[in-house]
Amino acid sequence: MSIDLGLPHVGHSGIAGVPELPDDADRQTKRDFTSDQEVRWCPGCGDYAILAAVQGFLPELGLKRENITFISGIGCSSRFPYYLNTYGMHSIHGRAPAIATGLATSRPDLSVWVVTGDGDALSIGGNHLIHAMRRNVNMTILLFNNRIYGLTKGQYSPTSAPGTVTKSSPYGSVDSVFNPVSLALGAEASFVARTMDSDRKHLTAVLKAAAEHRGTALVEIYQNCPIFNDGAFELIKDVDQQQARLVHLKHGEAVTTGNDDAQQVLVRNETGGVSFVPAGEADASRVVTHDVTLDDPSQAFAISRLDGPDMTHVPMGVFRAVERPSYDDLVRSQVLAAVQNAGGPASDDDVSALLRGKDTWQVG
Amino acid sequence: MSTAHVQKLDRVVIRFAGDSGDGMQLTGDRFTSDTAAHGNDLSTLPNFPAEIRAPQGTLPGVSSFQLHFADHAVLTPGDAPDVLVAMNPAALKANLRDVPRGATILINTDEFTKRNLSKVGWDSNPLDDGSLESWHVHPLPLTSITVEALAESTTLTRKEKERAKNMFALGLLSWMYSRPIDATKAFLESKFGSKPAILAANITALEAGWNYGETTEDFSVRYEVAPAAMPAGTYRNTTGNQALALGLVAAAHRAERPLVLGSYPITPASDILHELSRHKRFGITTIQAEDEIAGVGIALGASYGGAIGVTTTSGPGVALKAETIGLAVSLELPLVIVDVQRGGPATGLPTKTEQADLLQALYGRNGESPVPVIAPRSPADCFDAALEAVRIATTYRTPVFLLSDGYLANGSEPWRVPTVTGLPDLRVENATSPNGEDGKGNPVFLPYKRDPQTLARPWAVPGTAGLEHRIGGIEKADQTGNISYDPDNHEFMVHTRQAKVDGIANTIDHLEVDDPTGDAKVLVLGWGSTYGPVAAAVRTVRNTGAAVAHAHLRHLNPFPANTGDVLAQYERILVPEMNLGQLAFILRGKYLADVRSFTRVRGLPFTTIELADKIGHLIEEITK
Repeated sequence: MSIDLGLPHVGHSGIAGVPELPDDADRQTKRDFTSDQEVRWCPGCGDYAILAAVQGFLPELGLKRENITFISGIGCSSRFPYYLNTYGMHSIHGRAPAIATGLATSRPDLSVWVVTGDGDALSIGGNHLIHAMRRNVNMTILLFNNRIYGLTKGQYSPTSAPGTVTKSSPYGSVDSVFNPVSLALGAEASFVARTMDSDRKHLTAVLKAAAEHRGTALVEIYQNCPIFNDGAFELIKDVDQQQARLVHLKHGEAVTTGNDDAQQVLVRNETGGVSFVPAGEADASRVVTHDVTLDDPSQAFAISRLDGPDMTHVPMGVFRAVERPSYDDLVRSQVLAAVQNAGGPASDDDVSALLRGKDTWQVG
Repeated sequence: MSTAHVQKLDRVVIRFAGDSGDGMQLTGDRFTSDTAAHGNDLSTLPNFPAEIRAPQGTLPGVSSFQLHFADHAVLTPGDAPDVLVAMNPAALKANLRDVPRGATILINTDEFTKRNLSKVGWDSNPLDDGSLESWHVHPLPLTSITVEALAESTTLTRKEKERAKNMFALGLLSWMYSRPIDATKAFLESKFGSKPAILAANITALEAGWNYGETTEDFSVRYEVAPAAMPAGTYRNTTGNQALALGLVAAAHRAERPLVLGSYPITPASDILHELSRHKRFGITTIQAEDEIAGVGIALGASYGGAIGVTTTSGPGVALKAETIGLAVSLELPLVIVDVQRGGPATGLPTKTEQADLLQALYGRNGESPVPVIAPRSPADCFDAALEAVRIATTYRTPVFLLSDGYLANGSEPWRVPTVTGLPDLRVENATSPNGEDGKGNPVFLPYKRDPQTLARPWAVPGTAGLEHRIGGIEKADQTGNISYDPDNHEFMVHTRQAKVDGIANTIDHLEVDDPTGDAKVLVLGWGSTYGPVAAAVRTVRNTGAAVAHAHLRHLNPFPANTGDVLAQYERILVPEMNLGQLAFILRGKYLADVRSFTRVRGLPFTTIELADKIGHLIEEITK
């Protein structure tokens, strides 16, 4: 049923320390994670599919529902927490990763999720996004990328293809784009993946891998906006075309695309980059074997660069999943060690001694 | 051996001034510690440029440290120094206009070279041209005496030896004012323990300075300032930033909650981040954020999780945090924002003091966004203000502004250390169970159902079973917290958030007026760090036989409930502020009171004299 991404076993899980449901508890269902709020996205919005996938997936974690928290920014996607029956905060534009950093660092017993969009995460909140990934705070960031500003009614975003005609770019956008996966890899992210709203199985498999990852997991989710950017991903959703364009990444295997008749395989070329060649013509010694655990992100980065506005080759799956100490674990261990070395939590006397300091004198 | 005559003084103001690299702040700090240990009351004013090392010997590079100590209660760092120590021509030129004629000036003559004189635009040497005749000048070749005292050291370069000259000056001043130097020796041992040659040089220079006073004939008088009569207790010296950090630690302890500081480095607030970073042992987590916005976001995230979220910054940082503070107003979560004010606008005067962020704290957000504001009145009072900020934040689930300033932050005074168990009990309960019913009588959790007394909503932290709920910055329906665009609901929520903050006045002390004769017609009303200068000026005016009343506001929002009544009792109200009259503006608007504003924005505290003059004029005006 589920897709195998071929990922290696994870040492220290992203949800370690989060209370699990007792063995005798009723199995959670999608309904347990559905709030009583009416969902208010536009008909046909890709967000519905993602919401259904997340609501359907969360029971798989087996966590106490009250220990799951979703924090979002501003934008269509950021309404997400209202529809989930977990703890949730709909914050302000771009700042969700910062707020989530404070929460995740102070509460090791929570599974912290951030929901954001291409404008929220890559434009107004770009700084918080890269620093969360650099620090490797234990949280999963779901970046819904529809390549447009939806809630403000259709302006170009940092992922809109050059030339995109919108209300704020009537002559076509001249902005260069961010490739969110490349950006994340450059920001030292320890887990980076891409998936798509319409591929429920793949989406679920990626969510599972992301939740298992300890540290910041960035998941870019291609999501269709039927109102302001309809069909943005049509080339890779169209059954006839997608096989030639999609590159399904699987750890430990060669990177390939195309159907059986015209399979292409990724090889390292002489300039240091990578390119696809017909499977029959590939020099075996140059074939790229996908390895998410490589400490050096260069290969993952090269694979991320296959993608471009023309969507000739679009890699999907996990680009990188390396073990690296998570920021919140490190911060907490410093505090814990300081408390333990001092003989346990501070007493009134300990605080008194701190207030007095080293240099006191008596009067009277 | 000197046969110096010992003269008793009741108060002395000393200013150490030199190049940024001359170690004047350290010298001042050490003299302060020794003076505090001697039992004098004191107040200090460090004054330094934003540049770490401005070009050597220039006016922009001058750094100074002023210390006022006395055998009685000290309220200010002193208007004018009785003694100026000038380590170079720039230090002399920059400070001379503050030194009253007849005062003592110790000058390091080694630095009065033609080149250094020309750097400050002096054609002739004031040491020779008679221009210093009205001061009592002690010319001392401080640099060369220090180098000579260290002649035996073979490991140190001449430059390293020269750097010990501040310790020579400290030793000499310590002799002059009969301060012990043992504590400074202990301090140097802990600071330079790993560098024996530097340690030896500093101690030798310190002792050489002391012995210089003792053995030469230059100084015919030694001074003694007897200990001040202060309430019994254990005392220490503290700066405002340190007291504020300790207050936050104590508040977290009394609240029995972890404290999380999200902060971005900024002058003059960074010392609070530094201090709190050292106190992990007390369960304090500090996160140096990627920017000011993240700093407050991290604090808010931590508060959401049940911790005491704090962010520390200065005015430019507050500007960046405004949107998140507005979110905290809307989410109704506790949050403490410490603004150590500095001169503005923009980068302004990073190392100088000002009180010009009051309106920013009160109104610097979109929408109707009431935030309680409090301000400490002295360096030591920063401790109590921190506890009060946490009390309001946690009790009312609201962001709170604590407005310190550069003068309080870096200035210091003796602090009677409180008993921890005597501090306010700051424990508040998290929500643990549903607090309402749905239409069918099932228990539900209503995140915006309020406490009838405080109007605070429940603090329901993630991890609490059965209370799962969603909050956000979009307007919320009363009770349920669900998104609501209903016109009447919005109006109700705007009024309710305001009423909650207004209601804090029920739990704060009335504004107390100090009016000993009871017949004063003029009231001086201050806030924040002007307390010391205003109190000193009031004392000066009363010494002339005139009556003047004095009151001081700790709470700037809401005001104490009797504020309007107090204002109505006086014929003239003077509000001195280090801005262009921000509190006065609010008082006029809120109470229709004919408040007179008196303002200075020089980056320095008011002087006692200028305030006393102003008060005197007002009294004259109404007695005419």
